Amino acid sequence: MGTTTSTKVPAGQKPGPQVRELSQAAVRLAGDSGDGMQLAGSQFTATSAIFGNDVATFPDYPAEIRAPIGTLAGVSGFQINFASREIHTPGDRVDALVAMNPAALKANVGDLLEGGVLVLNSDEFTAGNLEKAKYDQNPLETGELSRYHAFKIPITQQTLEAVKATGLGPKDAARCRNFYALGVLYWLFDRPLESTTRWINGKFSKVPAVAQANRLALEAGYAFGDTTEMFTVRFRVKPAQLRPGTYRSLTGNQAAALGLVTAAEIAKRPLFYGSYPITPASEILHELSECKTFDVRVFQAEDEIAAMCAVIGAAYAGNVAVTGTSGPGMALKQEAIGLAVMTELPCVIINVQRGGPSTGLPTKTEQSDLWQAILGRNGECPLPVLASRSPSDCFWTALEATRIALKYMTPVVMLSDGYVGQGSEPWRIPDPAELPEIKVQFASDPKTFEPYTRDANGARPWAIPGTPGLRHRIGGLEKADITGDVCYVPENHQRMIDLRAQKVANVIHDVPDQDVFGDDGGPLLLVSWGGTFGAVRTAAERAREAGQTVSHIHLRWLNPMPRNLGDILKRFDQLLVCELNMGQLQLLLRGRYLVDTCGLHKMQGRPFMVSEIRDKIDELLGGAA
Amino acid sequence: MSAPLDPTLVATPKDFKTDQQVKWCPGCGDHSILVQLQKVLAARNINRDATVFVSGIGCSSRFPYYMETYGIHSIHGRAPAIATGVKCANPELDVWVVTGDGDGLSIGGNHFLHTIRRNVGLKIILFNNRIYGLTKGQYSPTSEAGIRTKSSPAGSIDYPVHPVAVALGAEVTFAARAVDTDVQQLQIVLQRAMDHQGTAFVEVYQNCQVYNADAFEWATDRNTRLDHLVYLEHGKPLIFGKNREKGIRVNGDNLEVVELAKVSPDDLLIHDERTPNPAHAFRLAQMHYPEFPEPMGVFRAVQKPTYEELMLGQLAAAREQKGPGKLDKLFTAGDTWKVA
Repeated sequence: MGTTTSTKVPAGQKPGPQVRELSQAAVRLAGDSGDGMQLAGSQFTATSAIFGNDVATFPDYPAEIRAPIGTLAGVSGFQINFASREIHTPGDRVDALVAMNPAALKANVGDLLEGGVLVLNSDEFTAGNLEKAKYDQNPLETGELSRYHAFKIPITQQTLEAVKATGLGPKDAARCRNFYALGVLYWLFDRPLESTTRWINGKFSKVPAVAQANRLALEAGYAFGDTTEMFTVRFRVKPAQLRPGTYRSLTGNQAAALGLVTAAEIAKRPLFYGSYPITPASEILHELSECKTFDVRVFQAEDEIAAMCAVIGAAYAGNVAVTGTSGPGMALKQEAIGLAVMTELPCVIINVQRGGPSTGLPTKTEQSDLWQAILGRNGECPLPVLASRSPSDCFWTALEATRIALKYMTPVVMLSDGYVGQGSEPWRIPDPAELPEIKVQFASDPKTFEPYTRDANGARPWAIPGTPGLRHRIGGLEKADITGDVCYVPENHQRMIDLRAQKVANVIHDVPDQDVFGDDGGPLLLVSWGGTFGAVRTAAERAREAGQTVSHIHLRWLNPMPRNLGDILKRFDQLLVCELNMGQLQLLLRGRYLVDTCGLHKMQGRPFMVSEIRDKIDELLGGAA
Repeated sequence: MSAPLDPTLVATPKDFKTDQQVKWCPGCGDHSILVQLQKVLAARNINRDATVFVSGIGCSSRFPYYMETYGIHSIHGRAPAIATGVKCANPELDVWVVTGDGDGLSIGGNHFLHTIRRNVGLKIILFNNRIYGLTKGQYSPTSEAGIRTKSSPAGSIDYPVHPVAVALGAEVTFAARAVDTDVQQLQIVLQRAMDHQGTAFVEVYQNCQVYNADAFEWATDRNTRLDHLVYLEHGKPLIFGKNREKGIRVNGDNLEVVELAKVSPDDLLIHDERTPNPAHAFRLAQMHYPEFPEPMGVFRAVQKPTYEELMLGQLAAAREQKGPGKLDKLFTAGDTWKVA
């Protein structure tokens, strides 16, 4: 919880709960996967964002659509961090926890700060549910929750009571309990109800009874906070001072989809998105399927391989061609990505990484596909790789990936991850002037055309079928320089390997120099990439506030890497590479720059906590400064 | 089908030849298919600039290098998926897939199935030589059970798939078959495929001179082939034989060969390529030598909206209803708020 800035009783009111002003608070909603926690969490997020807080979220849900009710395996959670200042992460531990059943309590209470607010649905603490959650004794009675401000509320009963007037059956009526819980939270954190009310009205416009029931439940939860004397304190988190502009809350996957549509619009070409459903990348497919007023051609393929291959075909025929997937799907696509490298066709492959190997942890986050992105194909097969660092950054990363693919006639891999893709934060809507230029120039002159000539960037011409006189054949066999004919001449193979490598190396002209947060040199540099940005930057900020000499660089480009990176690395005594894998960036840095590095690795399907990074900083700097 | 580039110019088969040396073995059936297709495209004055040949891997998949059109020689089994991307990106193009029995039905079986069920506007020519030629002679998914090859010295224990039957199982809107050496009939079938809207599937029995020579001798031998093949004609009874003395009759759930002299012509099975139910064509696809004469020609030709038509149709409908998409509207969709 952020620092308390004031404590006051609002004037002119009956002596009610204290209002405590916070600069930041983290809240987690947890329940059974059928309890609607993801929905309630997204509503809390939207409301807080519209209220003006900076927000960051982290949904955590099981891979099973419907794990057995009430079990630990079925617990679904949604964490929101909201603040009156800029924040980079969903927060380590939470200030408030809503637990809709014993399993949710058991799985999450360890992350609740001592003295934190715990809202419990006491109706669900039955003998059966306690057993499913593997509680020998009822935690509501043992005193083990005395470290927290625990509030036992019969949420199910209260909800049924509140929605009686709608005439809904008990099953449908009880479904509204997530809105009741949300209402309690809204009261507790002094949030307005308007945004959620508006959402309910829109969502359930065709079933007025359900809309009414959800509204009533929300209002009843809020009123409960107001009238009960259970709560002695409520919290207020003021709006943040964000960069002026119009904002909207976006998940990383939504942002990536928007970025792709934007890129295709700027390039004035149709967008072709070929994809096979896979967690946690499917939302990109869903988002783009909604964009039918744009020329967005969505192809749900029969498998990952077909998705990538269709992308190659669409690229050959002149579309902005993109596929999205996650780890196992990426593995399946690799042979076809090699064909895209060989045929030098522009396309983007988005990998929203998840826990591996194999099926691994489908709904959990990891950064273990870096090697797969850079090294994962047969033969010498280089391609540009960049990674997004936060949900809203997916918009800019997708735009940049597309721009580079078209400029250099190459497949480009964009790495995202489950945490970034499914987390959300405010996105400042860009001015058209801020958007990059993306120019598409098709070959058109039959007199000068040869398929494998190159421009100054090393890119070959894009000659699309339908163009008079530019008939040519491409394929996966080695190409002769210039003509593109099949060629087995030894020297030619060497030359083509060199040309393809040089082309990808040339992307360096579009890679900005790396900036350093903190000092330009010193005892310790934190190095990160992708979705760990928030946690690592926050750790660096806090360490510096505490007087430690720590700097941080966060890589957007993994291939090629920024020109000045080697120099920066050599200016620090120690390099701490923080990544959610066992040292993939570390190996690349050691190999490329001959520097020693130390790694902070975490393979738990969860993002770094700021405290974990700070502990490591303390260790490396010999204790807190 | 795209319009000819310039209607006043008359194309010749030579216009569809490239400068690349054709590297198939002497006697390979692929030569004939290449030549017939070049003739058919020239006869129709097809616009070479709006035609794309896509292939996978295998002997047959070298085809695009020899066609003076646009082309992609891709990776093993994936040609239908790549061609789907080409067609969706630009439905104006004529897109052909050239594949083989291993490429199309083994490694690429999944794409074959799904491309067909979507009715993507592609012409798929499957060169069936019932053997892996490029990898030097292993049994393929269409090889006869028991065949002895390098990888099946004691005889193959795989039961074969029958390409036309597989395509019909996915409810292909056009299915046909021809033999590589039967030049006339091959041309007819290729022309029909060219005219079809939607997925047109053509199986060609193709001789591999080196690794599976004479696999189709029964279908090509001048003296006996008319006893082993029945040419399908829409609306006409199935009659075959050197002297057209035999026919096919339905007997309960089965088909049987009958002598015309002994039955009334009214009892013979009448071919209907346009019947919506694929069961008729599927039954024909189950006629195998030597028990039956094998049908040649068009098994099925029905109309159904194509995938690319439906895809672009949805986009057009959305634009008509809501107006063309605007980025600023897309950006501000949903709840927004201002920070001053």
